[in-house]
Amino acid sequence: MAEVKDLRVDLCGIQLDNPVMAASGTFGYGWEFAELYDINILGTFSFKGTTSEPRFGNPTPRIAECNDGMINAVGLQNPGVEQVIFQELPRLKQCFKKKVMANVSGFSEEEYVYTARRLDECSQVGWIEVNVSCPNVHGGGMSFGTSPEAAASVTKAVKEAVKKPVIVKLSPNVTDIASIAVACEEAGADGISLINTLLGMRIDIRTKKPVIANTMGGFSGRAVFPVALRMVYQTAKAVNIPVIGVGGISKAEDVIEMMLAGATAVQVGAENLVNPYACRDIIENLPAVMEKYGIHSLKEIIGGAI
Amino acid sequence: MKKSLFEIIENIPLTRDVMRMKLKGDTSAITAPGQFINIQIEGLFLRRPISVCHVCGDILTIIYKVVGEGTRRMQDMTGGSLDILMGLGNGYDLSPAGESPLLIGGGAGVPPMYMLAEKILERGVTPKVILGFNTASEVFYADEFAKLGAEVTVATADGSMGVKGFATDAMKQMSYSYFYACGPEAMLKAVWEQSETDGQFSFEERMGCGFGACMGCSCKTLTGSKRICKEGPVLRKGEILWQK
Repeated sequence: MAEVKDLRVDLCGIQLDNPVMAASGTFGYGWEFAELYDINILGTFSFKGTTSEPRFGNPTPRIAECNDGMINAVGLQNPGVEQVIFQELPRLKQCFKKKVMANVSGFSEEEYVYTARRLDECSQVGWIEVNVSCPNVHGGGMSFGTSPEAAASVTKAVKEAVKKPVIVKLSPNVTDIASIAVACEEAGADGISLINTLLGMRIDIRTKKPVIANTMGGFSGRAVFPVALRMVYQTAKAVNIPVIGVGGISKAEDVIEMMLAGATAVQVGAENLVNPYACRDIIENLPAVMEKYGIHSLKEIIGGAI
Repeated sequence: MKKSLFEIIENIPLTRDVMRMKLKGDTSAITAPGQFINIQIEGLFLRRPISVCHVCGDILTIIYKVVGEGTRRMQDMTGGSLDILMGLGNGYDLSPAGESPLLIGGGAGVPPMYMLAEKILERGVTPKVILGFNTASEVFYADEFAKLGAEVTVATADGSMGVKGFATDAMKQMSYSYFYACGPEAMLKAVWEQSETDGQFSFEERMGCGFGACMGCSCKTLTGSKRICKEGPVLRKGEILWQK
């Protein structure tokens, strides 16, 4: 009989039963998935990017298909931080007993700080994930994540405002990911998650117009896995804080590969949208894949390829 | 919502580019007419949402128009099984239908009207049904609606069958207690403008997940933002905000 596998990892002082999280924007505030399976089997999940005020987001169509992936231009639709605190989190409490990761977005440093501080007060929140990388909003959401100075500045401001671990989610749409990650680390970040979506586009040949109403959007799904893996590897080599690997993960083998590249935990994104059981399936398959490759404990393989 | 495997037991053309597929599996998640299913197609990343036409025991019938890569691949299927998410969307609310409800289906919007007509007839009410098409060769299911016991009027834009004109031209002659509409957005808007009673409309939008997770198909309404896949696809006349 196979030995019992140790899937536990430590993420900024909080132990996860396993390294598999659902990525922000693909898991809502959890309850749609809780109707399908017990989401307490997850390491945890990062909830929908939340801003200080409610946002409708971009016009539709917001979705386009690609080979092994998709483009979205949702534009940070969310009900606003107060509704998240008074409606979504109490509802989540009914179906999720673990600490959740609060994904925070903003259009100014003040907004990031305000929203992060409000969510930091919630006992259900374990980590603040600062999204400096959404490609789908006008007004500079992107710019925070594309320059080391801006990323560091927002990191520092949020870090000073909250008590919980701050994880900065980075954009892949940059020339030197490591320098941005290092800037965030030096500004006090407790962890880095990457990658957010790659800026992409599709054109409808029949109408000769972009498929997405907003013209461009964020490309994600299985196709981006090698890009994400490369950037996780570069980042993990450059920083001494935990890295969360995100991008194109669809199976247990991808989790192992991400961890070998230096990820302490991983987030599953677009795959949740086409297989709502993706996270559960990956978690259930991990022990067998570990057995196949002679891995006893996932902790031990973090950065194994660096 | 349920995710399960369905066996393809029929996939036949009804017109040049409209197909009927019968699937066998666990249909228990489908609770209302107007709901849809989301089909995984090998080689394509996103699932394809298709409205439910009919459910009888473990047999599910869908009727789809071949328009893009997904439906082209479906057209070629001769057997095997499909991974399907089902019981998606709110569906039509039958409670306000009254004594003489009018069902208006345009083109690819006709199929969900079949299950709706069936459910209304089960309540002892005979619905009037308008089926709108461009031309006679595109007409499907007129006989099937009649066999159910509905009062069927076909309208064709070129007059090659039934009433000449759009579904809304046929609607002008009719009295009704309530209406239900599904079809191209231009038809829905015309029905909205012309209708004399309250009613419900079923909308389409490009979807990511089909079950409320990605916020890809949101629309603004007078009662707040709604996800077409979750709080829709059926919206009430009084809440619709026409954007385009």
